[in-house]
Parts: sequence; C-alpha cells; structure tokens
Amino acid sequence: MAERLGIYVCHCGSNIAGTVDVEEVARWAGTTIRDVVVSRDYKFMCSSLGQQMIEDDIGQQKLSRVVVAACSPHLHEKTFRRACANAELNPYLCQMVNLREHCSWVSTDKVAATAKAKALVYAAAERVKWQEPLEPMPVKVNPNTLVVGGGIAGIQATLELADAGYHVYLVERSPSIGGHMAQFDKTFPTLDCSACILTPKMSEVGQHENVTLLTYSELEEVSGSVGSFKVKIRKKARYVDEAACTGCGICTEKCPRRVIDHDFEAGLGYRKAIYTPFPQAVPRIPVIDVASCIWFDRGKCRACEKLCPTNAIALDQEDKIIELEVGNVILATGWQLFDSRKLPQFGYGRLPNVFTNMEFERLCNAAGPTSGKIVLRDGKTEPESVAILHCVGSRDVNHHEYCSAVCCMAALKFGHLVLEKTKAQVYSFYIDMRPNQKGYEEFYQRLLEEGMHFVRGKVAEVTDATRQPAERGKLIVQVEDTLLGRQRRIPVDMVVLMGAMEPQPDAKEFGLKCGISCSMAGWYTERHPKLDPVATMTDGIFIAGVCQGPKDIPASVVQGAAAAARVQGMIAKGTVMIEPIVASIDEKACSGCRICNNLCPFSAIEFDGEKKVSRVITALCKGCGTCVAACPAGVITGAHFNNRQILAEIGGALWDASPVLEDARAGADEPADEEAESALSAR
Amino acid sequence: MSDNPTFEPKILGFCCNWCSYRAADLAGTARIKYPTNVRIIRVMCSGRIDPTFVLNAFALGADAVMIAGCHPGECHYVDQNYKAMRRYGMLKHTLRQMGIEPERFRLVWASAAEGQQLAEAITQMVEEVRKLGPLAWAANWQENGQRIEALEAIVHEHAEAMEVLA
Repeated sequence: MAERLGIYVCHCGSNIAGTVDVEEVARWAGTTIRDVVVSRDYKFMCSSLGQQMIEDDIGQQKLSRVVVAACSPHLHEKTFRRACANAELNPYLCQMVNLREHCSWVSTDKVAATAKAKALVYAAAERVKWQEPLEPMPVKVNPNTLVVGGGIAGIQATLELADAGYHVYLVERSPSIGGHMAQFDKTFPTLDCSACILTPKMSEVGQHENVTLLTYSELEEVSGSVGSFKVKIRKKARYVDEAACTGCGICTEKCPRRVIDHDFEAGLGYRKAIYTPFPQAVPRIPVIDVASCIWFDRGKCRACEKLCPTNAIALDQEDKIIELEVGNVILATGWQLFDSRKLPQFGYGRLPNVFTNMEFERLCNAAGPTSGKIVLRDGKTEPESVAILHCVGSRDVNHHEYCSAVCCMAALKFGHLVLEKTKAQVYSFYIDMRPNQKGYEEFYQRLLEEGMHFVRGKVAEVTDATRQPAERGKLIVQVEDTLLGRQRRIPVDMVVLMGAMEPQPDAKEFGLKCGISCSMAGWYTERHPKLDPVATMTDGIFIAGVCQGPKDIPASVVQGAAAAARVQGMIAKGTVMIEPIVASIDEKACSGCRICNNLCPFSAIEFDGEKKVSRVITALCKGCGTCVAACPAGVITGAHFNNRQILAEIGGALWDASPVLEDARAGADEPADEEAESALSAR
Repeated sequence: MSDNPTFEPKILGFCCNWCSYRAADLAGTARIKYPTNVRIIRVMCSGRIDPTFVLNAFALGADAVMIAGCHPGECHYVDQNYKAMRRYGMLKHTLRQMGIEPERFRLVWASAAEGQQLAEAITQMVEEVRKLGPLAWAANWQENGQRIEALEAIVHEHAEAMEVLA
C-alpha cells in the first residue's frame, strides 16, 4: 500500500520565502513527487497554527508520512515530531528539510536556491517513505552518583546531591580532597582566606551521611550507559587502617624520613614519608609514600607502627578494587600547572629567584614553608622589588593559544599581597588586563591606587646578565613597554611567572575511558559551548570546573552545582528515554566475521561464542552507524539511518541529475530510485 | 573538459550530525554565501558513510561527492571519523581506477564552529568540478585527458605487477 505524504514548505516570514520560491516548491512537490497527498506552504510552520495544520491533515487526510521543509532540524525536529505524536502518527515518520540555514540563507540566487530546495525536498520525501515507526526506550536511573575529583567543583557537586538526599561516591586521586584551592593563600577579589572558605565545605563532605569519600583512589573502568553505569575504583593502599586511625599525627611527627613535597608545597617545603598533605586534610588519615619510606626501601624502621597508639599502621595493606553501580558520573578532574621550564627565557629552574604562581601562593600562605613571609629562595631575604609576568604559557602559539582566565586577577592579588606584606615595589607585565567578572574591575582600580606598577608588554627575557653596576645582583626584566614605545630593562629581586592552567596529563585517556572526548586544547568537550557547558555528548557523563576549560572559583562552583542539578533532574524523573537510533544485527544472517566488534568505541557489540554471531548491546549503542557501514554482509541495520533510507535520500537529491531517473519517470511505474537501489542491494 | 561555461555541477554532500552539519548551519546563521551546488544529506557520523553511498551517488548522476565530518580527535563517537578517513582513502583510489578524477571526491573536516571554512571548501570544490565538467561517464571517456592518464597508469602498474610474478 502506498504511503500518504504531507509536504509542508515554510516561508519562515521572508527568511526562506525571500530567496526560495516556496509556493512553487509546494506546488511542484504536489505534482511531481509520487505519493504526495497534501502539499502546502505556510508562513510559520513552527507556530501553533502551523503545527495544527499538520495535525489536522494527519487526521483528515490520513497521512502516513510528514515532510516539513523549514529550518534546521537542530531547532525544530522535536517540535514537528511532537505535532505528529499529538495526531497519533509515530514521531519518527516525520522528516525535516533544511531550507533555511542550508539554502535560503546561503544564497542570493533565487533560481539556484529554488532548484536546490526542490532537490532537498525530493530527497526527504523519498527518505521518509522508508522510515519506520520507532519508540524511545526507557531506562531506570540509579539514584547514586559518582563524582570524580575532590576540588571545589567536585565538592560543590557532591554537596548539592548529598543535601538533596541522594548518595554520592566522591573519588579523589590524592590523599585529601580540596584540590588546588587548598594550596592558595587568598582568593580574589575579596581576599578571603582560601582555606577558611574551603575547609567548611570539605568537613561537610567528610561527615555527610550521603557521601562515601574514596580518597587516594582512582577510577579505573566505566561501563554501561546513562542510568546504569558500572564503575571500578582502585582504592590505593594507604598502609593505614582507616577504622583505627584517629588522626593524632604521632606517626608523621616521629617519621625519620623527610622529603621535598612537590605536590602540595610546590617543591618549596618538606613532608615525611608518612604524611597528610596539609593540616586540614579530609580525611585526616595519613598515607605512606612507598617511594620514600625506609621500610619499603630497605626493610628497616617501622617507627610509625611502633608508636601508633591505636595500632593503625598496616604495612601489609593492598590496593582494593571497589565495584559500584551509579546512574550518572560527574567529572571534575581539574588541571595542572604549566611547566615554566618550557620557556627558558624566563629562567625558571636556572635563576633561583624566579618563582611560579603556585610557589608564590605557598610563600604567601601562613601555613606554608615560610609561614607566610614573602622571601627569596634563600629563605630569609625580603625582596625590594617583585616582577609579575602574565601569560606564561597562555596566549602563546608555541604552547597554549587560550587565555587561562584567572592569572590577571591572581597577579593583582599577588601584587596586593606584596604591597601588604613587604615594602617592595611590584610590577605587572601584561598583554591585556582581564578583570572581567563581578568586583574584578574594582579590584584592579584598587591596585592602581595602592601603587602597583603596570607595564604593558610581553617580557622578552629575565636575565642575571647585567650591563651596568646598578643592575648587579638583580634579575633584569627585559621588556618592550608598548605604551611608552620603548625597550626597558627593569631590575628586580624576584620574578613571579603566571603559568598557564593546563589539562591534567592523563585527561584525554581518562576521558576516553568514560566515553567523552577533548578539544584540541585538551579540555573536555561540552555538549554545547554556549547552551550546555556541563553536559557531554555522552548521556550521563557530566563535566564541571576547570577540566571543561580555565575558569575561576565562582565559575567552578556554578558548574559543579549545574552538573548536580542535571543529575538531580534525572534521578527525580526516575527514568530517562534513550533515542531509538541504534544498530541491530540480523543474527540469522551474521557470518560471525567479527569485523564490527572492534569498530565500536563504546564496546556495544558483543560476540556470542556459542551461536558464533555478533550482537549489539542496545543500551550501549550510541547510533553512530559505523558498524552498519562496515558489515561486509550488510546484516547490521541502523535504525532511522538505514541503507534504504539513505539511498532513497541520495536518489531524491539527485532527481534532476540522473538520466536513469528521467527515463524511468517518463514511462515506468516503479520509482527510479528503487531500481537503482535494488541493483545495488543485489550484493 | 568543460565547454559549457555555465555548467552547474550537482554535488552530493554527506554531513555528520554533530560537527559538519552544525558548521553548515552556522554558515547559514552567519549568512555566509556559497554556491548552491552541494545537496547535503545528514548522517549521525561520517563513519556511517558506506562506500556504496558514494558509488551510488556517482551512478545516479552526481558530478562530485563531498564527505564532511568532525576533526580527528573530536568525533562525537570518539574515533569513528578515522574509519571514514580509511574508507575515503580506499574509495579515492578505487574511484581513480574507474576514471573519476580525484577532485570529484573530497573529504573535509569541519568543526561546529567552522562555518566559514566549510563554505570556503564548498566554494573551492564547486569551482574545481565546474572546470572538470559533468561526470558523464560514457561521453567523457575519450575526451578527458586525465582519464586516459589514469587508465594508462593502471595498465602500467598491472604490467609491472605481472613482471614480478613472471
């Protein structure tokens, strides 16, 4: 039985009608394309009247297929699918034609645009005849959530979900949560003490009844799909029994092995082989660093074990693999600092008094290696002048083209701290000043008033090669002052490099584990940079914080909360509908060659060893269709994008190109594209 | 060679739903003007493109085919555009052996932000194909120097291969 098509060509005001002769296209479609029962044009198809027109026609004209030639399906596919559903026509029996973004808006040639419009309408009409009714599949949502990363973004997401009554597993790679924010001294622009605003949230997480805190742990494996993920977490051995430890700290005090702390203290301070990263650590359970521990090195010592009042040291502890089931995953894995040694002209690592921004934070911090005194590398001399270099590694074609968003403000903050704590002069060397959020511009004005010097120019070099006696013993900052239009050599005692924020070294690998990808810069790819920054292309996996792109603390908090809100929405609804655009394998025809098995990045194809056929795991299939194209026997069908539909679409799009089609239309009863298609399907 | 200066090639384009289709949308939103010769068919991923789609397009009268997808490393489905890349390489080689000039089959990477670049790629391709003329298989067989050259190259390769066996 032939289908009954309804064709609707939208004017979109003059957006389409101004270039494409929409009345002509509708008239032509009604007389030229087979099986068209109704062919109309209308000013605004997406309006309620336009939709009503479709619904009425479906009912009165008994339409079995609908083609709406209007704007991009990315805008209104849902609208017209809903209209069909309202009239009890399966929504997947509707096809849109992009006559606006792809046709009228990109051409001024009315004749050519109208011809293209006709071809695109024909293509959709031929395609829709082969479309089949499909039903979205409901999947139950597990109310537990996994949050990876215990920095401020991860902590915020965790608290939002936990406070709402849902259980959260928070996994953090280092021994304590807190992230980079725990290392800072003050936060801009309010100059709040960073730890003072962070630690209450950290405590809440640590004590919350709805949070299972898994620190010193790493996410190893993710499988499943939205609503029901199975995750494997490796809880690394701390060599301390968490149940028995009281956090008294005797083990750390008495440990004889002291090493440089490259993590929390940015290499400026020391820690013991058994340690907690900082005093306010959550949990306050120490960890033994196997690489520096005397017992693990040569079998001696065990001082911690002997002195622990609750016998909490467990030197035979092993890593544990924990398997969990969660409904959604939020990645808040943060960032690492750019290695300033990659810019040797600034002398980091060679000239002792060149510091990174993180090192400087630790100097300023009252709990840091110098108890908050800003001093040179010798640990005692106060600088008389400090230079702060912006954009070290950022806005640099050789390293990172992006702007790291926070360094201008952090540089102002450092300037303020230098002026507050020392009598030094402080210089900022900037390309642009970017104080662009609430309170930031005012903070910049404040620093101008406090007497910070600003030089607009990217520093060429920091050197100790002096040219005059006055420069001896100083670090010379060589810069072109672009406002003065002159080269300057400014002698200072201390240089602070505002290093870029970089993605974590294993960000890409880790993302692929979860089924998400990174941009060229290495930050996780969001579903839409403007309208959907916390969701990813993989349903159920969300991103929050700097792992999505450089940002400050308020923005990270917002994203953590946003991701949590999205997850809460799904949990509250209870089920999530999966689009039925999935692949399926005809098991009777499958030869078991397994070519498709390794093509799927989501591991959605399994091989049945007994029947010797491959099978698609529908819940995991994302509908890309690569396996459909690869199957040499042609037995994999891609729902809503199957071969017949696409070949028909190709035939329709080339309706005015093929001599074969024209001859066929002149006399034959069968549509020509079916001829070509059946010729090809005889393979 | 084209002796018709107003020859308008009919080009079939495959765009992946995520990057390149949105790039084409962006070109429209930004009102960038480019030739209307490319008729776009949407697939979910460039990896969906079966080589028979391309062959079918040529058979049904397309003068050229363009495949557009996400940049390598940015595929919505992780790495399926690499599979498209492999199929493209194989097809290009095969099509050349059938006498189809390489300019008639093109792979373009366009991220969702690259509307301008996609428009430029389309404009360039239309001009190249216009110069080549219509892909009228039978008619062009004798006249088109490039096709003769392609055939000669194949005959030569084949002869070389046979020598080794002997």
